[in-house]
Amino acid sequence: MTKTTTNTMSKLTLKTEGDTHIIVTRRFAASPEAVYRAHTDPKLIQKWLLGPEGWTMPVCINDARPGGKFRYEWTNGKGHGFHVTGEFLELEPYKRLVHVERMYLPDPTPDNHVETRFDADGTGTLMTMRMTLPDTHTRATMLATGMEHGMEASYVRLEGMI
Amino acid sequence: MSDLNATFSALADPTRRAILARLATGEATVNELAEPFEMTQPAISQHLKVLEEAGLIVRRIEGTRRPRRLAGAGIEAMDQWLAMLRKGLEKSYDRLDGVLAGMEKHTKGKKK
Repeated sequence: MTKTTTNTMSKLTLKTEGDTHIIVTRRFAASPEAVYRAHTDPKLIQKWLLGPEGWTMPVCINDARPGGKFRYEWTNGKGHGFHVTGEFLELEPYKRLVHVERMYLPDPTPDNHVETRFDADGTGTLMTMRMTLPDTHTRATMLATGMEHGMEASYVRLEGMI
Repeated sequence: MSDLNATFSALADPTRRAILARLATGEATVNELAEPFEMTQPAISQHLKVLEEAGLIVRRIEGTRRPRRLAGAGIEAMDQWLAMLRKGLEKSYDRLDGVLAGMEKHTKGKKK
């Protein structure tokens, strides 16, 4: 069930595949090398991997080598926060990253196995992130908890509207 | 408006969101729902009652079984969640566009 997108827009695609996969794609107007570095250099990661407005990542530890560990901590500055830990399994510089990660809510979620590819696409890069969860139920729960972030933001907006 | 409030308060609980997520993969009985969540049946039943009253799930009668499934509103809620997850990712990647533009400039500056 692989679908190829031919447009050159930077639009994000997010879809489920089979019982246990989630596939995310996004195009960037930069070289695979730059996009890869932005995914492995903690100083760069801290600038963008933040989700909705208002969240920051005060802790970003990232040892980008096979077996290296990472730890990201997020906070919304209002007492809400969570963190993710993981390990790198494979690194093919500027091409491909494989890691496992889990979210603490506060109990750890089952491991999410993530392969991220950076393919040259014209003058830019097509990033393809393929997540593999242990089972359908875990995937469903992950999709739901991943949305907490968004829920939070929309509650704040709702409060402003009422 | 009261309906919207019921929906929002039903969705405000992480277990209830997880139950909806589970039902998004197909209908399930109270027993089946209680198992992965490691909760007692009465606790799950209480959550199901809230979700039902909010119009997010419906029950079917099949002999002695009462399997639950997502109602139209529940499916819509799941879609909204997906849309919000997308939004979070989109926001991150929009920021990454900015970071990448900055890196490019930096590299060009170095080359001279």
